Amino acid sequence: MINRVVKNAQEALKDVKSDQTIMFGGFGLCGIPENSINQLIKMGTKNITAISNNAGVDDFGLGLLLQTKQIKKMISSYVGENEEFERQMLSGELEVELIPQGTLATRCLAAAYGMPVIYTPAGVGTEVAIGKETRMFNYNGEEKEYLMEKAFEADFAIVKAWKGDTAGNLIFRSTARNFNPMMAMAGKITVAEVEQLVPAGELDPDQIHTPGIYVHRIFQGEKYEKRIEQRTVRKKN
Amino acid sequence: MLDKNGIAKRIAKEVKDGMFVNLGIGIPTLVANYIPEHMSVELQSENGILGMGPFPFEGEEDADLINAGKQTVTLLHGASIFDSAMSFGMIRAQKVHLTILGAMEVSENGDIANWKIPGKMVKGMGGAMDLVASAKNIIVAMQQVNKAGQSKLLPKCDLPLTGIKCVKKIVTELGVYEIAPGGGFKLLETAPGVTVEDIKKATAGKLIIEGDIKEMEL
Repeated sequence: MINRVVKNAQEALKDVKSDQTIMFGGFGLCGIPENSINQLIKMGTKNITAISNNAGVDDFGLGLLLQTKQIKKMISSYVGENEEFERQMLSGELEVELIPQGTLATRCLAAAYGMPVIYTPAGVGTEVAIGKETRMFNYNGEEKEYLMEKAFEADFAIVKAWKGDTAGNLIFRSTARNFNPMMAMAGKITVAEVEQLVPAGELDPDQIHTPGIYVHRIFQGEKYEKRIEQRTVRKKN
Repeated sequence: MLDKNGIAKRIAKEVKDGMFVNLGIGIPTLVANYIPEHMSVELQSENGILGMGPFPFEGEEDADLINAGKQTVTLLHGASIFDSAMSFGMIRAQKVHLTILGAMEVSENGDIANWKIPGKMVKGMGGAMDLVASAKNIIVAMQQVNKAGQSKLLPKCDLPLTGIKCVKKIVTELGVYEIAPGGGFKLLETAPGVTVEDIKKATAGKLIIEGDIKEMEL
């Protein structure tokens, strides 16, 4: 088995440079690579182009990298819930490219599967389509217009999984899966931080979500806060 | 005139046994409260759930289990979890039967705008553009008139579009409409206590009224 283990976030991210494109797994604050985000803050890496569905909240998640102004550009689908983000965007300090969520996911998938483009109907007739090539396809008995969208090219993908093994195989838990598997497969270098790191052979091969071939570096994270963004509950009876 | 829960209650009548349904944030989320218990309906949440259940009991919240609105939720028996690519794959492939979402504006040809107010509010489209571009059956839940008293059922949307020619039906505090094949808001039902005159005043786009219009049953 090829061993993918590194000691910690510091070792996993040691060659991240300024002006690079980095994918961050997670949906809202769910399933985000907390240790790696903290490490990037410590490193002070500048001018990051971040591909992430959301931008965290003001004091957690990617919001922390916005506070320190380390992000030059965000490629996201939904960025509410973050005042500092809004301020930087409206003042022009931060470049923002908003794209449909399914397009974001599928552009990761295209990179993961080695396909340069996808065609999707999402955004046809809207400002998302400006400057993009479109084509008509007859599919499923329906003639429809599709937008050509390109596979992402990311220097790093940083993801968070529940369990991982020394060979880099990953298993995600519940909706903390979200964008993590596609991004894990889409980075030129993929870093996975996991809650539990086990020896190769301990995970059931049938249960693995992401095979280790896609994961270049894996480490066990520490002190996960796993903050809840919207705590909604019902009363017993 | 209906309140938010009234709109949700009326929309719930559009949900049929055996449907997979995606509910947007806001009023659409409330629709889940009015789906009869005897019906087999599975709710899809685009962050990766089929078979989404109600909010958890206090103390049983799980940070790893949220819906597309980032709220803590539960799973029903038979639920499944998947990644975001598969989630939008099943939406694009039209496996999800019904999409219910909110809107800021709808035009008489079925265009919808709900993601951006230039210079003011830029939160992003999230999954809405994917949903409206692919879903066969799209119902919009919205207030028909804004705070300034202006109609949001328009000849043409003023705000940046989310999707074109996609809305099938609209339920507002005043009535139920369908988008007519040749364009226009065809009035199907009025809300309790609302007259056709009230509706005319609150509809800026082309309004189609044919025959007797019934008051909706809730």
